[in-house]
Amino acid sequence: MKIGAPKESFAGESRVAMTPDSALQLQKLGYVCLIESGAGVKAGFSDAAYEKAGVRVVPSTEALFAEAEIVAKVRPPTPEELKLTRKGQLLISFFYPAQNKELLEQAKEIGTNVVAMDMVPRISRAQKMDALSSMANIAGYRAVIEAGANFGRFFTGQVTAAGKVPPAKVLVVGAGVAGLAAIGAATSLGAMVYAFDVRPEVAEQIESMGAEFVYLDFSEQQTDGAATGGYAAPSSPEFREAQLKKFRELAPDMDIVITTALIPGRDAPKLWLKDMVEAMKPGSVVVDLAAERGGNCDLTVPDQKIVSDNGVTVVGYTDFPSRMASQASSLYSTNIRHMMSDLTPGKDGQVVHNMEDDVIRGATVTYDGAITFPPPPPKIQAIAAQKPKEKPKELTHEEKRALEVANFKKSTRNQVGLLAAMAGFLLILGGFAPASFMQHMIVFALAVFVGFQVIWNVAHSLHTPLMAVTNAISSIVIVGAILQIGSDVSLVKILAALAVLMTAVNIVGGFMVTRRMLAMFQKS
Amino acid sequence: MPLGLVSAAYVVAAVLFVLSLGGLSNQESAKRAVWYGVVGMALAFFATLLTPGVGGGWLVLLMAIPGAIGGAMLAKRVGMTEMPQLVAAMHSLVGLAAVFIAINAEMEARHVAGLGEEARRALTGFAGVLAHKSGVELNIMKVEVFLGVFIGAVTFTGSVIAFGKLAGKVDGKPKQLPGGHMLNAGALALCVILGIMYLAGAGLWTVVLTAVIAGFIGWNLIMGIGGADMPVVVSMLNSYSGWAAAAIGFTLGNDLLIVVGALVGSSGAILSYIMCKAMNRSFVSVILGGFGGAAKGPAMEIAGEQIAIDADGVAAALNDADSVIIVPGYGMAVAQAQQSVSELTRRLRAKGKNVRFGIHPVAGRLPGHMNVLLAEAKVPYDIVLEMDEINDDFPETDVAIVIGSNDVVNPAAQEDPNSPIAGMPVLEVWKAKQVFVSKRGAGTGYSGIENPLFYKDNTRMFYGDAKKSLDELLTKIA
Repeated sequence: MKIGAPKESFAGESRVAMTPDSALQLQKLGYVCLIESGAGVKAGFSDAAYEKAGVRVVPSTEALFAEAEIVAKVRPPTPEELKLTRKGQLLISFFYPAQNKELLEQAKEIGTNVVAMDMVPRISRAQKMDALSSMANIAGYRAVIEAGANFGRFFTGQVTAAGKVPPAKVLVVGAGVAGLAAIGAATSLGAMVYAFDVRPEVAEQIESMGAEFVYLDFSEQQTDGAATGGYAAPSSPEFREAQLKKFRELAPDMDIVITTALIPGRDAPKLWLKDMVEAMKPGSVVVDLAAERGGNCDLTVPDQKIVSDNGVTVVGYTDFPSRMASQASSLYSTNIRHMMSDLTPGKDGQVVHNMEDDVIRGATVTYDGAITFPPPPPKIQAIAAQKPKEKPKELTHEEKRALEVANFKKSTRNQVGLLAAMAGFLLILGGFAPASFMQHMIVFALAVFVGFQVIWNVAHSLHTPLMAVTNAISSIVIVGAILQIGSDVSLVKILAALAVLMTAVNIVGGFMVTRRMLAMFQKS
Repeated sequence: MPLGLVSAAYVVAAVLFVLSLGGLSNQESAKRAVWYGVVGMALAFFATLLTPGVGGGWLVLLMAIPGAIGGAMLAKRVGMTEMPQLVAAMHSLVGLAAVFIAINAEMEARHVAGLGEEARRALTGFAGVLAHKSGVELNIMKVEVFLGVFIGAVTFTGSVIAFGKLAGKVDGKPKQLPGGHMLNAGALALCVILGIMYLAGAGLWTVVLTAVIAGFIGWNLIMGIGGADMPVVVSMLNSYSGWAAAAIGFTLGNDLLIVVGALVGSSGAILSYIMCKAMNRSFVSVILGGFGGAAKGPAMEIAGEQIAIDADGVAAALNDADSVIIVPGYGMAVAQAQQSVSELTRRLRAKGKNVRFGIHPVAGRLPGHMNVLLAEAKVPYDIVLEMDEINDDFPETDVAIVIGSNDVVNPAAQEDPNSPIAGMPVLEVWKAKQVFVSKRGAGTGYSGIENPLFYKDNTRMFYGDAKKSLDELLTKIA
């Protein structure tokens, strides 16, 4: 089958759904790859580079849609583009079916099968095709770069001959993929990073990225992100108040604020209010990654950069991934390629649209002339529910003491019991056995005792030499054989001689191999 | 040499043996300790040879010298990966020797009993000792002979099979004759009956037959145990060989044999205990073979997939890492990859990275096997740590490399109460920031238990023969 990627029609969109690298991989899956002429230019991939990778360059969008059985795009199709599709054709792109009802209807009417990259369920198996995450990662990184470009100072603190430079303080609101990427980028530039999220379970991730988690002094049980597939849920008014209070407290200190808070299926919550912007120092920067959905900041104007009255820059771009088109295209095309490899189990260039598969089912929004959105919940839960952490009970002094006494009594009972049993056994034995035997028994019991005491101290790493050396010394039975070898009975003589031979092998072999092993243990 | 002197030599030898085992508590004193053992053995050997009344010194030397040469050659040639086989083979020799000596004691006793009063008094050496035994003493001796034969024979055949399995000459999978444990129980019952008959005065044949049946038990028992349980088996056989020596000591009335036998016996018992504890299994369940019977419920489902990585990816991650922990397993020994591992360690350490090794007690086929292999490859022992010493450090580790281990790094032991290995202490490699698993293919390990580690988000599979993969990796790390 043929898979093709058209040029993106959305103004300013620089990404492309297929790169020369991904085309090579798609060809390995058995597909013939097509690209619209000039589709990759803005992302840095020339037509020649595609041709070199074995991709056929098609002159127009119409020709591409007509020829390819599968069309891969980045942005949701425009109604005009969707008209170019035909029944049974597979379209893979971002689609946002919840927001684009008309488009969904149109696709159903035409009979196009649509796989929405934004609907890929959040389960570990599907991470490699999670385009939202890969784009969010880029957005987070780019947000820091944009902030830096608009911020007139260093990120990192320095002490120079020309004076001391304090490090920039960065606050990241919302620690999803984009937030974490922003934290990573900002910390590696040397800034002091603070981060906030309504999901308490991400505190660990935030700290692992090198930022400080901003704790709210709020007692209400916060909702666990696991219940909503790893996304944030709307919070209660009280919680929101506490949160805003904290932000007001932080605002005067912060040089850069990056907001990434989104709640699935809703407008972005307003978290960075006008008065907070006013409280910030002149020259500070707010980057609002939620601008497309209304913005987290009161002052945000989508797609624009504005400067507030008190000199704070508010960046409301909505095309961060597209601003890093080359990187974004290579990650997105890899997501597409992984999606295709799941759709092509036979690696034979034939799509098998398996609606039983959680990932494929979840991402498919129209199939076979019917709308299949929203999908049923996946069979596997996205993220394991967080287990409530049980606090080990603090024992009072008395309880501890009682426990110790009980343990001591128990071990005493065990020991005394064992000793009594042993003594009883030996007494019975002594009642019947002659004195000469009992003397040997004493030796035996003591030797076992010594053995246990000594062997417990042997280092674990020396267990193999221990076995080799015990092997050698257990061949002390050679003594028995020597005692017997002088016998008058010839069979006894022969057996004893054989025993001497075998044990001699053991003794010499055992000691020598032990010595060899021990000599190898070297300290650094 | 007067008898008093012989006893004195025995006392010194016994003390030296205790010191020799005690010295193994650390690597440096161990180097001295082995010489204590050698001197103790030499003392015991020559004192016995010079005991008044012991004849046939020429024959002893005739047999001992070629034996010693053979042993020396063996010790020189054996590769460190072959240590488990060698140890098992040596156990079998001790077992067989014990059987011979016990049977000898019985034959000698019969011979002595057949002699007249005059001739008895003239007897010297071992026969003389026997001649002076009273009726009760003789009966006790018979019990000892019986035990010596039984334990010796089980040790002999068991060790031979263990040797075969470890050397790959016998299929490593657990195999049992129809009837399984009932067959063993029946054979054991038969031995007991034979023992009672023997005590009641039946002929030498009962002892010989016991040896044969006990041999069968040893064979059947070890055949039923899988390769992964071999560390327990080998240490158990080690213990048996000790008890067999102690039984012989009782038979011959020789305290030195008793002391040494008891030392070795308890040593093997402790090793077995440590191994069982490390697998969270009871000794009985290991000996009875198989993995703990039926699972308590369906195993936890594993989500995700195994993601492969190539040498470039591993090299890049290693170059970025500050701390690395390597977890070797039997797969490293099989692939003979220890030299490559050592070279990798050397290069990473030269770059100032903190490289350490985490060793699970049952890694490999012999207690402490991995330590010996790494020592052979000149990995300094102070960076080779035990599980308990290193487990807490994984969360602060950048890269964990798993080479040929499987069950000992299986998170199911902690996460899935229905797993057959639930509760077994494991190395928590998955807590490291990134895990690379060097493995031949995508299959399950020796025990056939699915390993969720391979599906974790921070795990990458580095497929291929361990040695080849590592050599390829070495070309990328200057």
